[in-house]
Amino acid sequence: MTDLYQSQRAMRNMRRAAMQRGVIAVLDVGSSKIACLVLRFDNLNEDRGDGLGSLAGQAQFRVIGAATTRSRGVRFGEIDAMQETERAIRTAVQAAQKMAQTRVDHVIACFAGARPRSYGLAGEIQLADGQVGEADVARVLAACDVPDFGEGREVLHAQPVNFALDHRSGLGDPRGHVGNRLSADMHLLTIDTVAVQNLLYCIKRCDLEIAGIASSAYVAGIASLVEDEQELGAACIDMGGGATGISIFIKKHMIFAEAVRLGGDHVTGDIAKGLSVSQATAERIKTFYGGVHATGMDDREMIEIGTNCGDWEKDRRKVSRTELIGIMRPRVEEILEEVRAILDAAGFEHLPSQQIVLTGGASQIPGLDGLAARILGQNVRFGRPLRVQGLPQAATGAAFSSTVGLCLFAAHPQDEWWDFEIPAERYPARSLRRAAKWFKDNW
Amino acid sequence: MQPLRAPEGRFDRPLPPRRDPAPSRLAYRVDRLWLTPMFRRGLRVGLPVLLVTALVGGYLADSGNRAALVAGLADLRREIEERPEFMVSLMAIDGASEPVARAVRDMLPVDLPASSFVLDLEALRASIEQIDAVENADLHIRPGGILQVTVRERQPAILWRNAAGLQMLDIYGHRVATLLDRSARADLPVIAGEGADAHVDEALAIFRAAEPIHHRLRGLVRMGERRWDMVLDRNQRILLPEDDAVTAVERLIALDQAEDVLGRDIASVDMRNDQRPTLRILGGRTAEFNTINGSETGVQTQ
Repeated sequence: MTDLYQSQRAMRNMRRAAMQRGVIAVLDVGSSKIACLVLRFDNLNEDRGDGLGSLAGQAQFRVIGAATTRSRGVRFGEIDAMQETERAIRTAVQAAQKMAQTRVDHVIACFAGARPRSYGLAGEIQLADGQVGEADVARVLAACDVPDFGEGREVLHAQPVNFALDHRSGLGDPRGHVGNRLSADMHLLTIDTVAVQNLLYCIKRCDLEIAGIASSAYVAGIASLVEDEQELGAACIDMGGGATGISIFIKKHMIFAEAVRLGGDHVTGDIAKGLSVSQATAERIKTFYGGVHATGMDDREMIEIGTNCGDWEKDRRKVSRTELIGIMRPRVEEILEEVRAILDAAGFEHLPSQQIVLTGGASQIPGLDGLAARILGQNVRFGRPLRVQGLPQAATGAAFSSTVGLCLFAAHPQDEWWDFEIPAERYPARSLRRAAKWFKDNW
Repeated sequence: MQPLRAPEGRFDRPLPPRRDPAPSRLAYRVDRLWLTPMFRRGLRVGLPVLLVTALVGGYLADSGNRAALVAGLADLRREIEERPEFMVSLMAIDGASEPVARAVRDMLPVDLPASSFVLDLEALRASIEQIDAVENADLHIRPGGILQVTVRERQPAILWRNAAGLQMLDIYGHRVATLLDRSARADLPVIAGEGADAHVDEALAIFRAAEPIHHRLRGLVRMGERRWDMVLDRNQRILLPEDDAVTAVERLIALDQAEDVLGRDIASVDMRNDQRPTLRILGGRTAEFNTINGSETGVQTQ
């Protein structure tokens, strides 16, 4: 556990160094595309006179380089072929650097897969001097009993979501409060170690320093949920190419995240199999004519498949749009039902607000909101990422939710467990700092 | 599945199905290096500077090259200096008498025609003004390559006889020339004595005051570098005071006009005490004076 604490802390230091240099890259390694944005942080203390920065202080940075490349070697949001992925990352980073006209050395990455699993942790301590101090917060976080999440799992996020002091719960900031018993709730997100290691290796091979990693579901939620939804409770469904991420927010904290290993690529695969066309053709047909609600009009709308396999009869085939919808809909329903199952398991129905926000590239299927409303609940809307400065028009679509969310994550990371000083009793016995602390306390 | 093994021979090499958009590792690294600001600046500024420095340094490292460069530069300089536009071929001297003009011509350090870059007019002017007879000189180069020298000569006002001979001085006491013969400038008064040249203005004032007796006046002698003696013919001397000698002279003139003092057998008149001029009778005439005195006063002399 200390190991991870140290490595996450090292990443935080790297991020701080990158902020000082002023240029950082964010890298969204997805199953269908790899997007890289180069951010420049400057005039951090820009004062407009009204006390607020533009976008209420969200826009401390500016996107100066953006590049997207077709993803290769990534399946289900996990790296499948290292070489291919490395080359794809290199392509995206080089193009973004070229647009930014600067070199980036630090990168913050996110990915959707690697089987994220959420744990709710609780810890409780007795306060020594009746008032909560900085060290007590660290102590209560360290006191959370970590569940046995098994071999080969790694903690990706460990965010304190709630503090309670004696009988008062829901404290945002317990420091300075007076009480006897401080307890904390922490949300822990674990992922497969192997997947992270593969990603880190790929990024290292591109001569980049990793300044942070995040879950794609989490950052998509940051970007596409508006403030009220984050406060009152909402679920963000990030429908990507190979995986669909689900994150639940309340009181501006993520309290749950999961991923379904199904996504838009499976819809494309179904079309390719059903119409016996290539994957690329299927993707084109899905993008142009796809849908989930068949109407009478769709029976008459014939789609030219337009392959070029050489067999004239086969290349001139036509299908009606209804047939296409008939192929797509079961798969989309399957995805949404999986999501429903996960939301049920997470207890989403107990939240005060039942808002569901669909985002991600696969959420752009026409008519999806109607279908989702029938499966997930009535409050469904499409979410698009926040507007950030300098973002190219091409990167403002729903497919870039997690990329933009990663920018916000880079600018304003939420408190994590490793942002607090590790309490002294967790240090190794002969630690010099412990000796120093003893001197400081007793003399 | 994509083939994982390495290609074995030239026929086994798999043909790339389409162009790979990914940069090679090397291209990627070079690209990143090129985007590094320090490297870029070093290449764009540092490298040219280094190259030029190396080339120039390499060329100048050889002493033969250095000498050739210096000689070439000197040639170029001489060529420009010797263009006809910059040549001075004549020297015109205005306001100088013949001997002074000859002296000025001798002072020109170079032979004409010469380039105007060679002529140092300021130094030349200073050396011309070293000539005693020249009060000041004005030099400039006129269009057409003429060195115009305008000289104002000193005007002799007085003669000063000292151990070296007879000098002509101007009104400021500055030497103008040596005079071999007093009669050549009979119109100028004469002074003598050590340090007389420093008080020429006073001497001239005395001469002006002594205008009524100028036919008897032979000159002034500076006594002890302190005061003047006026020497008249018949070896008469007028001892003038240190201060206000002119007034003393005027009083002496008045005395002379009233009493004809100077016409008598008097060796000297001491005017140093302004309350009481003192006369000294000529050596051989004392007895006669006593006789006269006795007959007038009735005292019998032995």
